[in-house]
Amino acid sequence: MTGGGAIEIEALHRSFGDVRAINGVSLRIRAGEVVGLLGHNGAGKTTLVRLVAGLLSPTAGRVRVRGLDPVADGVAVRRLLGVLPTASFLDQRLSARRNLELAAELFGLPRAGLPDRIRRALREFDLAERAEDRVEGFSAGMRQRLALARVLLPGPEILLLDEPSAQLDPLAVRMVRQLIGQLSRDAGRTIVLCTHDLAEAQHLCDRVVVLDHGRVVEEGAPAELAARLAAGAVEVEVARADGPVARELLGRHAGAGPIRQVDGPGWADTVVLRNSSIGRSQLPGLVRALADAGVAVYGVRPYEPSLEEVYVALYTAREQVATAPNHAVGQP
Amino acid sequence: MTAAQPLNLRAIRAIVRRDLSIVRTNRAVLVPLAVLPLVFAVVFPTLGGLIARVDVPDGDLQRLLRTVQGWVFDGLPDGSGVQLAALLLGYLLPPLTLVIPLIVVMVLATDSVAGERERGTLEGLLLAPVSDRDLLVAKLLGALLPAVAINLGCALIYLTITDIAMWPVLGRPLLPHATWLVLVLVVAPSVSAAALALAVFVSARARSVQGAQQIASVTVLPLVFLVVGQFSGLLFLGPWQLVGVAAVLWVVTGGLVWLGSRSLRRDRLGPRLR
Repeated sequence: MTGGGAIEIEALHRSFGDVRAINGVSLRIRAGEVVGLLGHNGAGKTTLVRLVAGLLSPTAGRVRVRGLDPVADGVAVRRLLGVLPTASFLDQRLSARRNLELAAELFGLPRAGLPDRIRRALREFDLAERAEDRVEGFSAGMRQRLALARVLLPGPEILLLDEPSAQLDPLAVRMVRQLIGQLSRDAGRTIVLCTHDLAEAQHLCDRVVVLDHGRVVEEGAPAELAARLAAGAVEVEVARADGPVARELLGRHAGAGPIRQVDGPGWADTVVLRNSSIGRSQLPGLVRALADAGVAVYGVRPYEPSLEEVYVALYTAREQVATAPNHAVGQP
Repeated sequence: MTAAQPLNLRAIRAIVRRDLSIVRTNRAVLVPLAVLPLVFAVVFPTLGGLIARVDVPDGDLQRLLRTVQGWVFDGLPDGSGVQLAALLLGYLLPPLTLVIPLIVVMVLATDSVAGERERGTLEGLLLAPVSDRDLLVAKLLGALLPAVAINLGCALIYLTITDIAMWPVLGRPLLPHATWLVLVLVVAPSVSAAALALAVFVSARARSVQGAQQIASVTVLPLVFLVVGQFSGLLFLGPWQLVGVAAVLWVVTGGLVWLGSRSLRRDRLGPRLR
């Protein structure tokens, strides 16, 4: 990861009539960074991508891609970008090869060696055998692979991928993830990944940005967000029979946070108790008390929530705030 | 900044080629484009040739012949059938053939902008490093070039069949004459351009191809007035008057292209993407 700014967004607003699709977003994405944009449908992810690509003008604020304005310097900006939109943008009535040839012409790729380059791309995305077939006969997965091939063909410096693994079968998803990892690791590409797949974001992204109603509500490395949500959380695994005793002892040592029993599989002879407010200094006392009470302890470990748990917790908390009686309308 | 850049001819050519490929695969577009020229360029002059060989009965057609200015029949042999055929093939039907480039332009232009949005391919095009100006030029050329080519092709077929049909009766070719040449070479391109500019302007705003075609089809109305005027004898335009009509149409085209250039821009099209 280098320090240069690939994309800089400052106090960005975009409205459609009365609807504020983007509401004061500020974001800096460094060159070579992989950033995940997370959020519900309608959170503003696609609008943000279109603003960066210059397909929409900001209502207020500014966007810069490598220092260029996507609206005023649109041609230069789009030469740097490879954008995979949510919906298929391929020409269904053209063959796979013609779709790639068209992209090559539009991006002004050198004609020398172009047939080879296109052949390689088709082979890489497992489409060589269907190169001359019209796209309208392709499965959803094949179309998505071709769309990715088309986006990558010009060798863009910055990739904006709007749900790249949507509609793909598990093997294709794996291939796409490997590809994104490879593009970031080996080619040093800057990648903005809009996704609903939190496992994908956790696996691929250096940083995630959570959008809600056009605002950034959380931002950081997946591990950072998890740590912020679950600082000091521990899981204690004990024999199922000792569960009630262990719960009582955990309650005595823990702070105000709730104790949750995380059910393991039905056949397991242990239960896992989780508490998010126990201090590190209290752990030795807890372990001693459990041993003194004759509780069979199978493990005491820090709890690291997945990005999915972070995301759900974040939205649950926001919904609780939003539905609270004194909540001021329009507050973030 | 964009205005100072030279035209990106490679991208323009690629978009035009792509649009034409798409049209070639669309039977619903191709059939009307083939049938109309066939009727106007082949069937009409053939029928005209048959009329030239019969006498016109007394009635409305005879009255029509009497309302026409005398110079139209200068140098023609006597005979009501010959005169009616010369009037139809030389003066009344050629304005009707303007419908051909007009329909071609309308079908192609609405398909290439509103159709592109319907098919979801517009976003792919807007994401390419092609300026709004080059995109507009490509969309205009993609419809105008086939329209002009089809118009010239039809005119050539019309001229050939008309002269084959009329030569034995007249002893000389009926076409081309000055009015017909002006109509084919000056008026037809101006009609195409005006219809094209309107179709692009409307298509950039319409949600669907059908919606765009419904609005753009108003361009047929002035043509209907012209043809009805010719048939009724109220409006019989000579070459210079037709040049005047073409000049007015080019001015209208200029205005519509300006409006189209304001509509066919990313910041206007972006919010309408799916």
